[in-house]
Amino acid sequence: MIRTAGAILRKDLTIELRTKESVPAMTLFTVTVYVLFHFGLDRDSLDGELASGVLWVTLLLASVIGVSRLFAAEREQGGIDALLLAPVDRTALFVAKAAALFLYLLVLELVAVPAFGLLLLGPDLLAALPELLAILLLADVGLAAVGALVSALAAETRARELIVPLLLLPLLVPLLIGAASATAPLLRAGAAPEDLGRHLVLLGGYDLVFLLIALAVFDFLLED
Amino acid sequence: MERVYSKGFRPLAIATVLTTVAAFALIFFYAPLDADQGFIQKIFYVHVPMAIVALCGFVAGGVMAIRHLRTGERSWDMRSYVAIHLSIILGTGVLITGAIWAKASWGHWWVWDEPVLVSFLIVFLLYCVYYPLRFSIEDPERQARYSSVFAIAGGAFVPINFTAVRMAEAVTHPRVLSQTGGNLPGEMRLTFLVSLLAMALLFVTLWKLELTSKHASAQLKRLRSRLELRAEEHPAAQPVTR
Repeated sequence: MIRTAGAILRKDLTIELRTKESVPAMTLFTVTVYVLFHFGLDRDSLDGELASGVLWVTLLLASVIGVSRLFAAEREQGGIDALLLAPVDRTALFVAKAAALFLYLLVLELVAVPAFGLLLLGPDLLAALPELLAILLLADVGLAAVGALVSALAAETRARELIVPLLLLPLLVPLLIGAASATAPLLRAGAAPEDLGRHLVLLGGYDLVFLLIALAVFDFLLED
Repeated sequence: MERVYSKGFRPLAIATVLTTVAAFALIFFYAPLDADQGFIQKIFYVHVPMAIVALCGFVAGGVMAIRHLRTGERSWDMRSYVAIHLSIILGTGVLITGAIWAKASWGHWWVWDEPVLVSFLIVFLLYCVYYPLRFSIEDPERQARYSSVFAIAGGAFVPINFTAVRMAEAVTHPRVLSQTGGNLPGEMRLTFLVSLLAMALLFVTLWKLELTSKHASAQLKRLRSRLELRAEEHPAAQPVTR
């Protein structure tokens, strides 16, 4: 199963590297949203809760782009039939798609977080970095699991572009609560983590539950 | 086969009417007035049971969806759909009565530091997407399967969401747990329990009614198409109208 998942993942990454469709769009989107927030809030620099909220809401909105494109290549060019005809476990497909989304998010954050530090953040980003990395990683796992599930759910519907954000964003509220409130104290002037463990436990629990649910129900999507 | 959903419907409906009447009688004539909120506190006996039944309905929809995916029987998807549908209707009532209560006792239509209310709104928003998802899939078999997957994910999301929102609030607003259940005086608790029972019975009655109606219209449709088919095969046998 791992070999199959690896093969599908490699295919997805090759396509992404050649077409450069999702990740550049997501990064461009985040930077645009920072500019929007700058003018919308009329502030040159942010800190604390406001900074953490702007960062996380922007990242979640950018992830919507990645999620709605996740099955796009298969749908538009009919590759999905070939994938479904192949005698492989559906779980491998889920693992591959979630892993692809996870990697897209990592690359996105590699650009989006430093860009946030440069453009909007008041206090120094480096001081908060180690804890922020842990939060980002845990949140990405949850985002990847829920994103792959939502993407497969919406893939069959007529109004795919409408369903993905409507379905994904409410499902991500617990993740946003955990990530944003864990990040807020890190982005204050004297960066000191506060209640970090509790929020990481919340994020980890969320990841675990949704990974398990997605693995359990994914077989029933894309069955035919 | 035809009466599978309507079995025991009459006693159930009668029990619902009786309990609802009893609940209203208790609310208005038996339960004492709240010391600091006065008359408006009585909305509690409608609002809280409605919220509890709606949330249980969402989770029950998820459980029925599991049954559907396991057995492959479409009737379980129909049950899950009707449960979620009714829960959304009750959920609208919960948000409206909640807002009225909040306005009367706190002075605002909406308060963000009430974790239960906020969690409920998030759950409600998520389940509103059930309709566009379900009805934008045309193939009926696939529609049932995808709706079930949604119902399962949503059913699991309900408890996670409540925990998460409560955790977010706990830092700034330490609050007493079980404000609604634990420390009620006896008369209020009895009234509350009867109201809860009445709401639960109402939910089951409506659920059965809706299922019976859905079942009947599906059968009617089947009979009609069979009739049309026969009319096409034997045009001579068709009764002359007029």
